Amino acid sequence: MKKGNKPRVAVWKFASCDGCQLSLLDCEDELLAVAGAVDIAYFPEASSAMGKGPYDISLVEGSITTPHDAERIQQVRRVSGLLITIGACATAGGIQALRNFADVKAYTSIVYATPEYIQTLRKSTPINDHVFVDYELHGCPINKNQLVEIISATVTGRKPNIPPHAVCIECKQRGLPCIAVSQGIPCMGPVTHAGCNALCPAYNRGCFGCYGPMESANPDSLSAWWVGKLKVHRQDVMRAYRTFNAYADQFRKQSEAHEK
Amino acid sequence: MTSPHQGAPHAPSVPSVIEPQGLEQLFAALLRRNYKLVGPTLRDGTITYEEISSPSDLPAGWTDEQQPGMYRLKTRDDNAVFGYAAGPQSWKRILYPSVLRLWQAHRKGGKVEVTVDKPAEEPRYAFIGVRACELQAIGIQDKVFLHGNYVDPNYQLRREHNFIVAVNCTAPAGTCFCASMDSGPRAKGGYDIALTEVILGTEHYFVATAATKFGTEVLGEVECRPANEKQVTAAEAAINAAAENMGRTIDTTDIRQLLNRNFENPRWETTAARCLACANCTMVCPTCFCHNIEDVSDLTGEVAERWRKWDSCFTTAFSYIHGGSVRYSPAARYRQWLTHKLSTWHDQFGTSGCVGCGRCITWCPVGIDITEEVRAIRDKDHSREEV
Ligand code: SF4
Ligand code: SF4
Ligand code: SF4
Ligand code: SF4
Repeated sequence: MKKGNKPRVAVWKFASCDGCQLSLLDCEDELLAVAGAVDIAYFPEASSAMGKGPYDISLVEGSITTPHDAERIQQVRRVSGLLITIGACATAGGIQALRNFADVKAYTSIVYATPEYIQTLRKSTPINDHVFVDYELHGCPINKNQLVEIISATVTGRKPNIPPHAVCIECKQRGLPCIAVSQGIPCMGPVTHAGCNALCPAYNRGCFGCYGPMESANPDSLSAWWVGKLKVHRQDVMRAYRTFNAYADQFRKQSEAHEK
Repeated sequence: MTSPHQGAPHAPSVPSVIEPQGLEQLFAALLRRNYKLVGPTLRDGTITYEEISSPSDLPAGWTDEQQPGMYRLKTRDDNAVFGYAAGPQSWKRILYPSVLRLWQAHRKGGKVEVTVDKPAEEPRYAFIGVRACELQAIGIQDKVFLHGNYVDPNYQLRREHNFIVAVNCTAPAGTCFCASMDSGPRAKGGYDIALTEVILGTEHYFVATAATKFGTEVLGEVECRPANEKQVTAAEAAINAAAENMGRTIDTTDIRQLLNRNFENPRWETTAARCLACANCTMVCPTCFCHNIEDVSDLTGEVAERWRKWDSCFTTAFSYIHGGSVRYSPAARYRQWLTHKLSTWHDQFGTSGCVGCGRCITWCPVGIDITEEVRAIRDKDHSREEV
C-alpha cells in the first residue's frame, strides 16, 4: 500500500445474501476507524457514491452462478490490487451450491413460469474457481473482528492473524468442555476452520461447519466415529456436510460418500 | 516440588481427621487469608475447576464415567465430595491462561510507549482438590516456566502465592494410568495440605496431613483430632484400591529408546488416518506448554498489542518456517506429540511429559488412546526385529 494515500476499497456482490457485507456495516465501533484508514470508493450496499477503479483492495462477496457474473468477476480482478473473498458463498459456493448436487434445469422449470428467461449456470462456484484470489475470509457469515483484522493487517502490511486450525482450539481456549465427548453431540468443530470463537459449542450446540474445512480436515475419521459410536444415521452425516460449505472439496466428498 | 511461597516443605504432619463440616472451616481459613478458591464443581455436564466459595459448591454425590472419547456424569450412591477423577481441564488454565495480552504499545508524538500487562490484583489462588497426577504436572510446568534459563513472569505471578489442597484419588476413571507413570494416585509432594476422603457405612471423614509450615498453620484453624490407626488404614486402603482399579496401564520400560528407534513405525500412519489434528489432546494435557505469539496493530496504526495464545504441535503453523511447515503430514504431528510426551521430554526436562491423567484419551473426539498407541508400537517394534 502506498504510504500517505489511503488505500481505496471496493466491495462487490455476487450471488449471496448480503450478510457478509453487512458485517462491515455492523462494525459500529470500528466503522469510523475503518473509514479513517481506507477510502471506501465503491460500496453500493452502503452508499450511492461509486468511485471509479482501480481499487487497492476489493472485498468480494458471493458466488458465481450466472454467465454474466462469470464475466464480471474477470473485470473485478482487472481493476483490483488485492482481491479478498469474504464468506462461504465467495470461498465455497455458498448454500446455493446445493444446486450442484441436483439438476438445476429441473428446478427452474418447476419454480419459474417462463424458465427460458432464466440464465443460470449449472453450478454455483467459488470466486477462486474463476480468478486468482489473494486472501480468503471464511464464515457464514464472516466474523466482523476478522474483517477488521484483515483490513488492519493489509493497511499495515503485516500478516493477518487468522489461524486455519480447528474450532476445537478456540473451544479449549474458551475453557468449554467438549460437548461431543461429554454429551455425545455430533460436533463438526474438529474438521471446521476456526473463526467463530466456538460460538455453537458455547451454547451447547454442535458446530455446524459455517467456516468450512480446517487446514487438514479429516472428515472420514470423524464420520466413522459419528456413525460407529454416536449412532448418527448416514443420511444425517450427509446433511451435516451439505450446508453453507457443501461444495468445499472435503465437505463435498464427505456428503457424497454418505449419500447412500 | 514445593509450593514456592513458603520455602522447603517439612515432613508431613501426623494425620488428623476432619469431619465434613470441617471443610467449612478450611475454606474460611483460606478466604480469611484473601485467597480465591478454585475447586471442583458441576458445570456443563462435567466436574470442572471453577471459582468456588463454599463446600456446598463441591460435587457431592457425583462422579464421572470416562472412556476413550467419552465422559458422562453419574450419581454416586454416597455423598462423597471428591469421588471423581480428573475432569475436562486442568489447573493449567489458571496458572498459564489460554489467552493473555502481554503488552500494548501506543504511538505518542513520535515516540512509542510500551505498557506491560499486569493483573490489577496479585493473583492468590488456593486450589482445592488437586490430584496426585496434577501435582506432578504442576511440578513439570514449574520446571518449564520457572527453572529454566528464562522465567515466565506471568506463570510466576500466578504460582507464587499458590496454596494447594491435594486430594488423594479414590475413584480413578477408566482412562487413568497414573500408577503406571509413578505419579499417583497418592500425592507425593508439592502440596500444603493433603486430604483423603473416607466413606465407610455411615462414617464420612477426611484424613488430613500438612506438608508445609503454612499448611500446618491453616490446618490448625480447622477442628480436627488425631487419626487413629483404623482411620489411617482405611484411608490407605482406599488409595491402594484406586491404584489397583486404574482403567489403563502403560509399559514404560525403556520407553525413550523404544520410541527413538521407531520413528518409521507404520503405526504413525495408521493412527494419523484416525487423528483429526484437532489439538484437543494438547489443550487438555496438564503439561503441554506451547503457545503462539500474535502481534496485532489497529486500523489507525497507533496501537499495537502482543497476545499469547495456547498453540499445539497439531497445527501446521506450529512448525512453519521459511518455505512451509516442517511437520506437514498429520502422522508427523501425531508422532511429535506422542514422542514429546513420553520420550524427548526426558531429554529436555529430565522427566516424563506425561503424568497419566488420561485426559488426552477421554477428550479426544475420536478416542485415540496414548496407552494403546504405545502398546501397538511395542508390539511392532520394527527396529528390534530388523537388528
Ligand atoms: S465441542 Fe466441538 S469444537 Fe469443542 S472441542 Fe468438542 S468437537 Fe471441538
Ligand atoms: S499425555 Fe495424556 S495422559 Fe499424559 S499427562 Fe497429558 S493428557 Fe494426561
Ligand atoms: S506435545 Fe506438542 S503441544 Fe505439547 S508440549 Fe510438546 S510440542 Fe508442545
Ligand atoms: S489424537 Fe485425538 S485429540 Fe489429539 S489431535 Fe488427534 S484427534 Fe485430536
